[in-house]
Amino acid sequence: MPDDILSVEGLCAWFGEHQALKSIDLNVASHSVTALIGPSGCGKSTFVRCLNRLHEEVPGASASGKVLLQGKNIYDANVDPVLIRRKVGMVFQKPNPFPALSVFDNVVAGLKLAGIRRKSVLKEVAEKSLRQAALWEEVKDKLDKAGTSLSGGQQQRLCIARALAVEPPILLMDEPTSALDPISTAKIEELVVQLKKDITIIMVTHNMQQAARISDRTAFFLLGELIEFGDTSSLFTVPKEKKTEQYITGKFG
Amino acid sequence: MKSSPLPMNNQNTSVFEKIILRKDVRFADRVFFWITRLIALLLVGLLVSMGLFLLNASSLAIRSSGIVSFVSTSVWDPVKEVYGALPVVYGTLVSSVLSLIIAFPLSIGIALFVNELAPAAIGRIVGFLVEMLAAIPSVIYGLWGVFVLVPFLREYLQPWLISKLGFFPLFEGPAYGVGLFSAGLILSLMIIPTISSISREVFAAIPRGQREAALALGATRWEMMKLSVLESSKAGMFGAMMLGLGRALGETMAVTMVIGNRAQIVASLFAPAQTMSSVIANEYAEATSDLHLSSLALVGLILFVVTFVTSSLARLLVWRVTRSQRKLK
Repeated sequence: MPDDILSVEGLCAWFGEHQALKSIDLNVASHSVTALIGPSGCGKSTFVRCLNRLHEEVPGASASGKVLLQGKNIYDANVDPVLIRRKVGMVFQKPNPFPALSVFDNVVAGLKLAGIRRKSVLKEVAEKSLRQAALWEEVKDKLDKAGTSLSGGQQQRLCIARALAVEPPILLMDEPTSALDPISTAKIEELVVQLKKDITIIMVTHNMQQAARISDRTAFFLLGELIEFGDTSSLFTVPKEKKTEQYITGKFG
Repeated sequence: MKSSPLPMNNQNTSVFEKIILRKDVRFADRVFFWITRLIALLLVGLLVSMGLFLLNASSLAIRSSGIVSFVSTSVWDPVKEVYGALPVVYGTLVSSVLSLIIAFPLSIGIALFVNELAPAAIGRIVGFLVEMLAAIPSVIYGLWGVFVLVPFLREYLQPWLISKLGFFPLFEGPAYGVGLFSAGLILSLMIIPTISSISREVFAAIPRGQREAALALGATRWEMMKLSVLESSKAGMFGAMMLGLGRALGETMAVTMVIGNRAQIVASLFAPAQTMSSVIANEYAEATSDLHLSSLALVGLILFVVTFVTSSLARLLVWRVTRSQRKLK
Protein backbone atom coordinates (compact mmCIF):
# COMPACT_ATOMS: atom_id res chain seq x y z
CA MET A 1 0.00 0.00 0.00
CA PRO A 2 1.42 3.41 -0.89
CA ASP A 3 0.03 5.01 2.27
CA ASP A 4 2.01 2.72 4.58
CA ILE A 5 4.62 4.63 6.55
CA LEU A 6 6.19 1.44 7.83
CA SER A 7 6.32 -2.03 6.42
CA VAL A 8 8.05 -4.94 8.07
CA GLU A 9 9.08 -7.98 6.03
CA GLY A 10 10.42 -11.20 7.49
CA LEU A 11 11.74 -9.62 10.68
CA CYS A 12 13.54 -12.08 12.96
CA ALA A 13 15.19 -11.26 16.28
CA TRP A 14 17.41 -13.20 18.64
CA PHE A 15 18.75 -12.96 22.15
CA GLY A 16 21.89 -15.06 21.73
CA GLU A 17 20.59 -18.45 20.59
CA HIS A 18 16.99 -17.78 21.58
CA GLN A 19 14.80 -16.62 18.71
CA ALA A 20 12.40 -14.01 20.05
CA LEU A 21 10.73 -13.07 16.76
CA LYS A 22 9.97 -15.46 13.91
CA SER A 23 9.66 -13.81 10.51
CA ILE A 24 7.16 -11.04 11.20
CA ASP A 25 5.37 -9.27 8.33
CA LEU A 26 3.33 -6.21 9.21
CA ASN A 27 2.30 -2.91 7.61
CA VAL A 28 1.43 0.27 9.44
CA ALA A 29 -0.64 3.03 7.85
CA SER A 30 0.21 6.69 8.31
CA HIS A 31 -1.66 8.55 11.09
CA SER A 32 -2.95 5.40 12.73
CA VAL A 33 -2.62 3.82 16.15
CA THR A 34 -1.49 0.21 16.09
CA ALA A 35 -1.72 -1.82 19.28
CA LEU A 36 0.46 -4.87 19.93
CA ILE A 37 -1.04 -7.35 22.38
CA GLY A 38 -0.03 -10.76 23.63
CA PRO A 39 1.08 -12.54 26.80
CA SER A 40 4.40 -11.70 28.52
CA GLY A 41 7.41 -12.90 26.58
CA CYS A 42 5.55 -13.11 23.26
CA GLY A 43 7.98 -10.73 21.55
CA LYS A 44 5.84 -7.61 21.27
CA SER A 45 8.36 -5.43 23.13
CA THR A 46 11.21 -6.92 21.12
CA PHE A 47 9.26 -6.11 17.96
CA VAL A 48 8.97 -2.38 18.71
CA ARG A 49 12.58 -2.27 19.88
CA CYS A 50 13.57 -3.59 16.45
CA LEU A 51 11.76 -0.69 14.81
CA ASN A 52 14.26 1.88 16.14
CA ARG A 53 17.16 -0.58 16.24
CA LEU A 54 17.36 -0.40 20.03
CA HIS A 55 17.08 -4.19 20.26
CA GLU A 56 20.65 -4.64 19.11
CA GLU A 57 21.97 -2.55 22.03
CA VAL A 58 21.23 -5.45 24.37
CA PRO A 59 24.41 -7.55 24.70
CA GLY A 60 24.14 -10.64 22.50
CA ALA A 61 21.01 -9.50 20.68
CA SER A 62 20.67 -9.48 16.90
CA ALA A 63 18.01 -9.03 14.23
CA SER A 64 17.51 -9.70 10.53
CA GLY A 65 14.90 -8.94 7.92
CA LYS A 66 13.57 -5.73 6.41
CA VAL A 67 11.96 -2.76 8.09
CA LEU A 68 10.98 -0.16 5.51
CA LEU A 69 10.51 3.25 7.06
CA GLN A 70 9.03 5.62 4.48
CA GLY A 71 10.29 3.20 1.86
CA LYS A 72 13.86 2.91 3.14
CA ASN A 73 15.15 -0.24 4.85
CA ILE A 74 16.56 0.75 8.25
CA TYR A 75 18.51 -2.53 8.39
CA ASP A 76 20.56 -1.68 5.28
CA ALA A 77 24.29 -1.95 5.96
CA ASN A 78 24.92 1.74 5.28
CA VAL A 79 22.24 3.01 7.68
CA ASP A 80 23.38 4.59 10.94
CA PRO A 81 21.11 3.42 13.80
CA VAL A 82 21.71 6.73 15.58
CA LEU A 83 20.00 8.63 12.76
CA ILE A 84 17.13 6.13 12.67
CA ARG A 85 16.47 6.71 16.36
CA ARG A 86 16.09 10.42 15.69
CA LYS A 87 13.25 9.66 13.26
CA VAL A 88 11.55 7.03 15.42
CA GLY A 89 10.61 8.27 18.88
CA MET A 90 10.20 5.95 21.81
CA VAL A 91 8.46 6.04 25.18
CA PHE A 92 9.24 3.36 27.72
CA GLN A 93 7.33 1.42 30.34
CA LYS A 94 8.94 3.23 33.25
CA PRO A 95 9.10 7.03 32.94
CA ASN A 96 12.80 7.80 32.47
CA PRO A 97 13.48 11.55 32.42
CA PHE A 98 17.15 12.42 32.87
CA PRO A 99 17.47 13.04 36.63
CA ALA A 100 20.25 15.61 36.33
CA LEU A 101 18.33 17.74 33.83
CA SER A 102 15.52 20.26 34.34
CA VAL A 103 12.08 19.84 32.79
CA PHE A 104 13.10 22.20 29.99
CA ASP A 105 16.43 20.51 29.32
CA ASN A 106 14.73 17.12 29.27
CA VAL A 107 12.32 18.24 26.55
CA VAL A 108 15.04 19.70 24.35
CA ALA A 109 17.62 16.95 24.98
CA GLY A 110 16.93 15.38 21.58
CA LEU A 111 17.21 18.73 19.81
CA LYS A 112 20.56 19.42 21.42
CA LEU A 113 21.76 15.98 20.32
CA ALA A 114 20.70 16.91 16.79
CA GLY A 115 22.87 20.03 17.04
CA ILE A 116 20.13 22.63 17.55
CA ARG A 117 21.30 25.13 20.15
CA ARG A 118 19.55 28.44 19.42
CA LYS A 119 17.80 29.43 22.64
CA SER A 120 14.78 30.88 20.85
CA VAL A 121 14.23 27.73 18.80
CA LEU A 122 14.61 25.50 21.86
CA LYS A 123 12.11 27.59 23.82
CA GLU A 124 9.58 27.50 21.04
CA VAL A 125 9.88 23.76 20.48
CA ALA A 126 9.80 23.02 24.22
CA GLU A 127 6.49 24.86 24.62
CA LYS A 128 5.01 23.26 21.51
CA SER A 129 6.03 19.74 22.58
CA LEU A 130 4.81 20.21 26.13
CA ARG A 131 1.47 21.47 24.80
CA GLN A 132 1.30 18.47 22.47
CA ALA A 133 1.91 16.21 25.44
CA ALA A 134 -0.83 18.03 27.42
CA LEU A 135 1.69 18.98 30.09
CA TRP A 136 2.35 22.68 29.43
CA GLU A 137 -0.24 24.11 31.82
CA GLU A 138 1.06 21.92 34.64
CA VAL A 139 4.77 22.65 34.26
CA LYS A 140 5.07 26.08 32.65
CA ASP A 141 6.06 27.62 36.00
CA LYS A 142 8.60 24.96 36.90
CA LEU A 143 10.55 24.46 33.71
CA ASP A 144 13.81 24.83 35.62
CA LYS A 145 12.91 22.22 38.25
CA ALA A 146 14.37 18.73 37.93
CA GLY A 147 12.45 16.46 35.57
CA THR A 148 12.28 13.85 38.28
CA SER A 149 10.45 16.24 40.63
CA LEU A 150 7.21 15.71 38.67
CA SER A 151 4.64 13.02 39.48
CA GLY A 152 4.85 9.67 37.71
CA GLY A 153 2.14 10.51 35.19
CA GLN A 154 3.68 13.92 34.52
CA GLN A 155 7.10 12.30 34.08
CA GLN A 156 5.67 9.96 31.46
CA ARG A 157 4.10 12.88 29.58
CA LEU A 158 7.44 14.69 29.89
CA CYS A 159 9.04 11.68 28.20
CA ILE A 160 6.39 11.86 25.48
CA ALA A 161 7.13 15.58 25.01
CA ARG A 162 10.84 14.77 24.85
CA ALA A 163 10.21 12.19 22.15
CA LEU A 164 7.89 14.54 20.21
CA ALA A 165 10.32 17.46 20.30
CA VAL A 166 12.42 16.09 17.43
CA GLU A 167 9.21 15.69 15.36
CA PRO A 168 9.49 11.99 14.59
CA PRO A 169 7.01 10.64 12.05
CA ILE A 170 6.58 7.53 14.22
CA LEU A 171 6.29 7.14 17.98
CA LEU A 172 6.84 3.76 19.62
CA MET A 173 5.30 3.24 23.05
CA ASP A 174 6.28 0.21 25.10
CA GLU A 175 3.53 -0.30 27.69
CA PRO A 176 3.55 3.43 28.49
CA THR A 177 0.81 3.29 31.13
CA SER A 178 1.57 0.07 32.98
CA ALA A 179 3.44 1.93 35.75
CA LEU A 180 0.79 4.67 36.10
CA ASP A 181 -2.42 5.22 38.07
CA PRO A 182 -5.82 5.14 36.30
CA ILE A 183 -6.13 8.94 35.96
CA SER A 184 -2.68 9.33 34.43
CA THR A 185 -3.45 6.36 32.19
CA ALA A 186 -6.64 8.02 30.95
CA LYS A 187 -4.71 11.22 30.21
CA ILE A 188 -2.14 9.37 28.17
CA GLU A 189 -4.77 7.40 26.25
CA GLU A 190 -6.56 10.63 25.38
CA LEU A 191 -3.24 12.08 24.30
CA VAL A 192 -2.49 9.14 22.02
CA VAL A 193 -5.79 9.59 20.21
CA GLN A 194 -5.07 13.31 19.76
CA LEU A 195 -1.52 12.76 18.54
CA LYS A 196 -2.78 10.59 15.71
CA LYS A 197 -3.41 13.65 13.57
CA ASP A 198 0.30 14.52 13.69
CA ILE A 199 2.10 11.20 13.83
CA THR A 200 1.83 7.43 13.62
CA ILE A 201 1.80 5.49 16.87
CA ILE A 202 2.71 1.89 17.58
CA MET A 203 1.93 0.89 21.13
CA VAL A 204 2.63 -2.25 23.10
CA THR A 205 0.04 -2.92 25.77
CA HIS A 206 -0.86 -5.82 28.01
CA ASN A 207 -4.23 -4.23 28.61
CA MET A 208 -6.73 -5.43 26.00
CA GLN A 209 -9.33 -2.82 26.94
CA GLN A 210 -6.72 -0.17 26.27
CA ALA A 211 -6.01 -1.64 22.85
CA ALA A 212 -9.73 -1.77 22.08
CA ARG A 213 -10.26 1.83 23.27
CA ILE A 214 -7.58 3.65 21.35
CA SER A 215 -6.16 1.64 18.46
CA ASP A 216 -7.22 1.42 14.84
CA ARG A 217 -5.51 -1.86 14.21
CA THR A 218 -4.34 -4.57 16.57
CA ALA A 219 -1.63 -7.22 16.22
CA PHE A 220 -1.68 -10.31 18.39
CA PHE A 221 1.70 -11.89 19.14
CA LEU A 222 2.29 -15.32 20.63
CA LEU A 223 5.63 -17.05 21.22
CA GLY A 224 7.47 -14.81 18.80
CA GLU A 225 4.94 -15.14 16.00
CA LEU A 226 2.39 -12.72 14.66
CA ILE A 227 -0.83 -14.71 14.97
CA GLU A 228 -3.33 -12.17 13.75
CA PHE A 229 -3.31 -8.59 12.56
CA GLY A 230 -6.38 -6.62 11.58
CA ASP A 231 -8.82 -3.84 12.37
CA THR A 232 -9.23 -3.55 16.12
CA SER A 233 -13.02 -3.68 15.97
CA SER A 234 -13.04 -6.94 14.03
CA LEU A 235 -10.14 -8.57 15.88
CA PHE A 236 -11.90 -8.14 19.21
CA THR A 237 -15.36 -9.15 17.91
CA VAL A 238 -14.79 -11.71 15.19
CA PRO A 239 -11.19 -12.98 15.50
CA LYS A 240 -10.12 -15.18 12.62
CA GLU A 241 -7.71 -17.32 14.60
CA LYS A 242 -8.66 -19.74 17.36
CA LYS A 243 -5.65 -18.66 19.47
CA THR A 244 -6.64 -15.01 19.26
CA GLU A 245 -10.13 -15.84 20.41
CA GLN A 246 -8.78 -17.87 23.32
CA TYR A 247 -6.47 -15.04 24.34
CA ILE A 248 -8.96 -12.19 24.16
CA THR A 249 -11.57 -14.20 26.05
CA GLY A 250 -9.04 -14.82 28.81
CA LYS A 251 -8.53 -18.57 28.28
CA PHE A 252 -4.75 -18.09 28.68
CA GLY A 253 -2.14 -15.39 29.02
CA MET B 1 -1.08 -36.18 87.86
CA LYS B 2 -3.86 -33.60 87.88
CA SER B 3 -3.48 -30.20 86.32
CA SER B 4 -2.14 -27.59 88.66
CA PRO B 5 -3.81 -24.17 89.06
CA LEU B 6 -0.46 -22.40 88.78
CA PRO B 7 -0.09 -20.55 85.46
CA MET B 8 3.67 -21.21 85.38
CA ASN B 9 3.01 -24.94 85.13
CA ASN B 10 4.48 -26.35 81.95
CA GLN B 11 1.32 -28.09 80.82
CA ASN B 12 -0.80 -24.97 81.17
CA THR B 13 1.60 -22.34 79.85
CA SER B 14 0.79 -21.54 76.25
CA VAL B 15 3.50 -21.12 73.64
CA PHE B 16 2.66 -17.45 73.51
CA GLU B 17 3.29 -17.04 77.23
CA LYS B 18 6.53 -18.94 76.95
CA ILE B 19 7.66 -16.55 74.27
CA ILE B 20 6.78 -13.36 76.10
CA LEU B 21 8.27 -14.68 79.35
CA ARG B 22 11.66 -15.37 77.81
CA LYS B 23 13.74 -12.74 79.55
CA ASP B 24 17.03 -14.21 78.31
CA VAL B 25 16.36 -12.99 74.77
CA ARG B 26 16.19 -9.42 75.88
CA PHE B 27 19.24 -9.95 78.05
CA ALA B 28 21.28 -11.26 75.09
CA ASP B 29 20.07 -8.34 73.05
CA ARG B 30 21.26 -5.91 75.67
CA VAL B 31 24.64 -7.59 76.00
CA PHE B 32 25.10 -7.46 72.24
CA PHE B 33 24.03 -3.83 72.18
CA TRP B 34 26.55 -2.92 74.87
CA ILE B 35 29.37 -4.85 73.22
CA THR B 36 28.82 -3.14 69.90
CA ARG B 37 28.42 0.23 71.57
CA LEU B 38 31.66 -0.35 73.46
CA ILE B 39 33.52 -1.20 70.26
CA ALA B 40 32.14 1.86 68.51
CA LEU B 41 33.12 4.12 71.40
CA LEU B 42 36.52 2.47 71.59
CA LEU B 43 37.21 3.44 67.98
CA VAL B 44 36.20 7.03 68.62
CA GLY B 45 38.37 6.94 71.74
CA LEU B 46 41.29 5.60 69.71
CA LEU B 47 40.95 8.48 67.26
CA VAL B 48 40.91 11.02 70.08
CA SER B 49 43.81 9.39 71.90
CA MET B 50 45.92 9.42 68.73
CA GLY B 51 45.27 13.11 68.39
CA LEU B 52 46.14 13.66 72.05
CA PHE B 53 49.30 11.56 71.75
CA LEU B 54 50.45 13.65 68.79
CA LEU B 55 49.57 16.85 70.62
CA ASN B 56 51.54 15.74 73.65
CA ALA B 57 54.52 14.55 71.66
CA SER B 58 54.67 17.78 69.73
CA SER B 59 54.23 20.11 72.70
CA LEU B 60 57.92 21.01 72.77
CA ALA B 61 57.90 22.07 69.12
CA ILE B 62 54.67 24.02 69.60
CA ARG B 63 56.10 25.85 72.62
CA SER B 64 59.42 26.65 70.98
CA SER B 65 58.06 28.16 67.77
CA GLY B 66 54.26 28.19 67.75
CA ILE B 67 52.14 26.44 65.15
CA VAL B 68 51.75 29.44 62.83
CA SER B 69 55.45 30.10 62.47
CA PHE B 70 56.14 26.34 62.30
CA VAL B 71 53.88 26.00 59.27
CA SER B 72 55.05 29.21 57.61
CA THR B 73 58.80 28.70 58.03
CA SER B 74 60.37 27.38 54.87
CA VAL B 75 63.60 25.97 56.30
CA TRP B 76 63.86 22.43 57.63
CA ASP B 77 67.40 21.88 58.86
CA PRO B 78 67.94 19.32 61.65
CA VAL B 79 71.65 20.14 61.86
CA LYS B 80 70.97 23.75 62.81
CA GLU B 81 67.86 22.72 64.76
CA VAL B 82 65.62 24.87 62.55
CA TYR B 83 62.29 23.25 61.83
CA GLY B 84 59.75 24.80 59.44
CA ALA B 85 57.05 22.62 57.92
CA LEU B 86 56.22 24.72 54.86
CA PRO B 87 58.37 22.65 52.44
CA VAL B 88 56.80 19.34 53.46
CA VAL B 89 53.28 20.78 53.41
CA TYR B 90 54.05 22.10 49.93
CA GLY B 91 55.47 18.75 48.81
CA THR B 92 52.44 16.88 50.08
CA LEU B 93 49.96 19.20 48.43
CA VAL B 94 51.74 19.40 45.08
CA SER B 95 52.38 15.65 44.78
CA SER B 96 48.79 14.81 45.78
CA VAL B 97 47.19 17.34 43.45
CA LEU B 98 49.48 16.26 40.62
CA SER B 99 48.48 12.64 41.17
CA LEU B 100 44.78 13.59 41.12
CA ILE B 101 45.18 15.52 37.89
CA ILE B 102 46.70 12.44 36.27
CA ALA B 103 44.59 9.75 37.95
CA PHE B 104 41.10 11.24 37.89
CA PRO B 105 40.52 11.38 34.12
CA LEU B 106 42.25 8.02 33.65
CA SER B 107 40.09 6.42 36.33
CA ILE B 108 36.86 7.80 34.89
CA GLY B 109 37.99 6.55 31.48
CA ILE B 110 38.68 3.08 32.87
CA ALA B 111 35.33 3.02 34.64
CA LEU B 112 33.50 4.06 31.47
CA PHE B 113 35.38 1.49 29.39
CA VAL B 114 34.73 -1.35 31.80
CA ASN B 115 31.08 -0.49 32.43
CA GLU B 116 29.85 0.96 29.18
CA LEU B 117 32.07 0.03 26.26
CA ALA B 118 33.97 -3.21 26.69
CA PRO B 119 32.37 -6.59 25.98
CA ALA B 120 31.43 -8.19 29.30
CA ALA B 121 34.33 -10.65 29.42
CA ILE B 122 37.03 -8.09 28.62
CA GLY B 123 35.46 -5.58 30.99
CA ARG B 124 35.58 -8.08 33.82
CA ILE B 125 39.24 -8.88 33.19
CA VAL B 126 40.30 -5.23 32.95
CA GLY B 127 38.27 -4.31 36.03
CA PHE B 128 39.82 -7.17 37.97
CA LEU B 129 43.37 -6.25 36.95
CA VAL B 130 42.87 -2.58 37.83
CA GLU B 131 41.58 -3.54 41.24
CA MET B 132 44.56 -5.83 41.70
CA LEU B 133 46.75 -2.70 41.49
CA ALA B 134 45.40 -1.84 44.93
CA ALA B 135 46.64 -5.14 46.33
CA ILE B 136 50.30 -4.46 45.48
CA PRO B 137 52.24 -3.38 48.60
CA SER B 138 53.36 0.21 48.33
CA VAL B 139 57.02 -0.72 48.81
CA ILE B 140 56.79 -2.66 45.54
CA TYR B 141 55.57 0.50 43.83
CA GLY B 142 58.54 2.24 45.39
CA LEU B 143 60.99 -0.39 44.11
CA TRP B 144 59.51 -0.23 40.63
CA GLY B 145 59.74 3.55 40.83
CA VAL B 146 63.42 3.46 41.83
CA PHE B 147 64.51 0.89 39.25
CA VAL B 148 62.23 1.62 36.29
CA LEU B 149 60.25 4.83 36.48
CA VAL B 150 62.92 7.17 37.85
CA PRO B 151 65.68 6.12 35.37
CA PHE B 152 63.21 6.37 32.49
CA LEU B 153 62.12 9.85 33.55
CA ARG B 154 65.71 10.98 34.10
CA GLU B 155 67.04 9.66 30.80
CA TYR B 156 64.14 10.27 28.43
CA LEU B 157 60.95 12.06 29.46
CA GLN B 158 62.33 14.84 31.66
CA PRO B 159 65.16 15.94 29.30
CA TRP B 160 62.64 16.01 26.47
CA LEU B 161 60.12 18.05 28.49
CA ILE B 162 62.88 20.41 29.65
CA SER B 163 64.05 20.99 26.07
CA LYS B 164 60.50 21.69 24.86
CA LEU B 165 58.90 23.41 27.87
CA GLY B 166 61.92 24.45 29.91
CA PHE B 167 60.95 28.14 29.65
CA PHE B 168 58.00 27.28 31.89
CA PRO B 169 59.07 27.32 35.59
CA LEU B 170 57.28 24.01 36.26
CA PHE B 171 59.64 22.20 33.88
CA GLU B 172 62.94 24.02 34.40
CA GLY B 173 66.21 22.84 35.90
CA PRO B 174 68.15 19.61 35.72
CA ALA B 175 66.48 16.21 35.30
CA TYR B 176 66.99 14.51 38.65
CA GLY B 177 64.55 11.69 38.04
CA VAL B 178 63.57 11.61 41.69
CA GLY B 179 61.28 14.46 42.72
CA LEU B 180 57.72 15.73 42.82
CA PHE B 181 56.98 14.58 39.29
CA SER B 182 57.95 10.96 39.99
CA ALA B 183 56.07 11.01 43.27
CA GLY B 184 52.95 12.33 41.58
CA LEU B 185 53.16 9.63 38.89
CA ILE B 186 53.60 6.80 41.40
CA LEU B 187 50.78 8.17 43.55
CA SER B 188 48.47 8.41 40.56
CA LEU B 189 49.02 4.72 39.83
CA MET B 190 48.24 3.91 43.43
CA ILE B 191 44.98 5.87 43.61
CA ILE B 192 43.59 4.80 40.21
CA PRO B 193 42.06 1.59 41.64
CA THR B 194 40.28 3.56 44.38
CA ILE B 195 38.82 6.20 42.09
CA SER B 196 37.93 3.86 39.24
CA SER B 197 36.26 1.20 41.37
CA ILE B 198 34.13 3.74 43.26
CA SER B 199 33.17 5.42 39.97
CA ARG B 200 32.29 2.04 38.48
CA GLU B 201 29.93 1.34 41.35
CA VAL B 202 28.35 4.74 40.85
CA PHE B 203 27.92 4.15 37.09
CA ALA B 204 26.58 0.63 37.59
CA ALA B 205 23.84 2.00 39.85
CA ILE B 206 22.33 3.99 36.98
CA PRO B 207 19.32 2.12 35.63
CA ARG B 208 19.35 0.72 32.09
CA GLY B 209 16.30 2.83 31.28
CA GLN B 210 18.39 5.99 31.58
CA ARG B 211 20.82 4.76 28.94
CA GLU B 212 18.02 3.62 26.63
CA ALA B 213 16.31 6.99 27.02
CA ALA B 214 19.39 8.67 25.56
CA LEU B 215 19.93 6.08 22.83
CA ALA B 216 16.28 6.26 21.76
CA LEU B 217 16.67 10.02 21.32
CA GLY B 218 19.45 9.46 18.84
CA ALA B 219 22.45 9.80 21.11
CA THR B 220 25.76 8.30 20.06
CA ARG B 221 27.65 6.13 22.53
CA TRP B 222 29.62 9.09 23.82
CA GLU B 223 26.56 11.36 24.03
CA MET B 224 24.72 8.62 25.90
CA MET B 225 27.54 8.34 28.41
CA LYS B 226 27.59 12.11 28.90
CA LEU B 227 23.82 12.52 29.18
CA SER B 228 22.82 9.46 31.19
CA VAL B 229 25.97 8.40 33.01
CA LEU B 230 28.29 11.31 33.75
CA GLU B 231 25.59 13.98 34.29
CA SER B 232 23.90 12.01 37.02
CA SER B 233 27.03 10.77 38.79
CA LYS B 234 28.73 14.07 39.61
CA ALA B 235 28.38 13.64 43.36
CA GLY B 236 29.60 10.07 43.23
CA MET B 237 32.63 10.93 41.11
CA PHE B 238 33.47 13.75 43.50
CA GLY B 239 33.35 11.31 46.40
CA ALA B 240 35.61 8.91 44.52
CA MET B 241 38.08 11.73 43.86
CA MET B 242 38.17 12.74 47.51
CA LEU B 243 38.81 9.18 48.64
CA GLY B 244 41.69 9.08 46.16
CA LEU B 245 43.02 12.36 47.54
CA GLY B 246 42.82 10.97 51.06
CA ARG B 247 44.96 8.03 50.03
CA ALA B 248 47.46 10.23 48.18
CA LEU B 249 47.91 12.65 51.11
CA GLY B 250 48.88 9.93 53.54
CA GLU B 251 50.79 7.52 51.29
CA THR B 252 54.30 7.14 52.68
CA MET B 253 56.54 4.32 51.48
CA ALA B 254 56.47 4.64 47.69
CA VAL B 255 56.66 8.43 47.90
CA THR B 256 59.62 8.34 50.26
CA MET B 257 61.48 6.15 47.79
CA VAL B 258 61.08 8.37 44.73
CA ILE B 259 60.63 11.96 45.92
CA GLY B 260 64.30 12.68 46.58
CA ASN B 261 63.81 13.69 50.21
CA ARG B 262 64.99 17.26 50.20
CA ALA B 263 62.84 19.68 52.16
CA GLN B 264 62.70 22.63 49.79
CA ILE B 265 60.21 24.67 47.84
CA VAL B 266 61.15 24.89 44.17
CA ALA B 267 58.82 25.72 41.32
CA SER B 268 60.14 22.91 39.13
CA LEU B 269 58.24 19.62 39.33
CA PHE B 270 61.50 17.80 38.50
CA ALA B 271 63.28 18.94 41.66
CA PRO B 272 63.57 16.68 44.72
CA ALA B 273 61.14 17.45 47.52
CA GLN B 274 59.78 16.04 50.73
CA THR B 275 56.26 15.28 51.96
CA MET B 276 54.88 15.28 55.48
CA SER B 277 54.71 11.52 55.63
CA SER B 278 58.10 10.95 54.01
CA VAL B 279 59.94 13.32 56.35
CA ILE B 280 58.57 11.39 59.34
CA ALA B 281 59.48 8.01 57.83
CA ASN B 282 62.96 9.24 56.91
CA GLU B 283 64.01 11.04 60.05
CA TYR B 284 62.15 9.53 63.00
CA ALA B 285 64.58 6.65 63.51
CA GLU B 286 67.63 8.93 63.41
CA ALA B 287 66.28 11.91 65.29
CA THR B 288 68.30 12.42 68.44
CA SER B 289 67.34 15.80 69.81
CA ASP B 290 64.04 16.25 71.62
CA LEU B 291 63.12 19.21 69.43
CA HIS B 292 63.67 17.19 66.27
CA LEU B 293 61.42 14.36 67.51
CA SER B 294 58.84 16.83 68.69
CA SER B 295 58.87 18.67 65.36
CA LEU B 296 58.31 15.41 63.49
CA ALA B 297 55.37 14.67 65.79
CA LEU B 298 53.99 18.12 65.01
CA VAL B 299 54.23 17.35 61.29
CA GLY B 300 52.33 14.16 62.06
CA LEU B 301 49.70 16.12 63.96
CA ILE B 302 49.22 18.49 61.04
CA LEU B 303 48.94 15.58 58.60
CA PHE B 304 46.44 13.93 60.94
CA VAL B 305 44.29 17.05 61.13
CA VAL B 306 44.54 17.82 57.40
CA THR B 307 43.51 14.32 56.28
CA PHE B 308 40.77 14.25 58.90
CA VAL B 309 39.38 17.59 57.77
CA THR B 310 39.68 16.66 54.05
CA SER B 311 37.78 13.42 54.47
CA SER B 312 35.15 14.97 56.73
CA LEU B 313 34.56 17.85 54.33
CA ALA B 314 34.34 15.42 51.41
CA ARG B 315 31.81 13.29 53.27
CA LEU B 316 29.75 16.31 54.24
CA LEU B 317 29.74 17.59 50.67
CA VAL B 318 28.80 14.21 49.22
CA TRP B 319 26.03 13.86 51.79
CA ARG B 320 24.69 17.28 50.92
CA VAL B 321 24.76 16.66 47.17
CA THR B 322 23.19 13.21 47.36
CA ARG B 323 20.55 14.42 49.80
CA SER B 324 19.55 17.27 47.51
CA GLN B 325 19.39 14.79 44.63
CA ARG B 326 17.15 12.55 46.68
CA LYS B 327 14.89 15.51 47.43
CA LEU B 328 14.48 16.13 43.71
CA LYS B 329 13.12 12.62 43.35
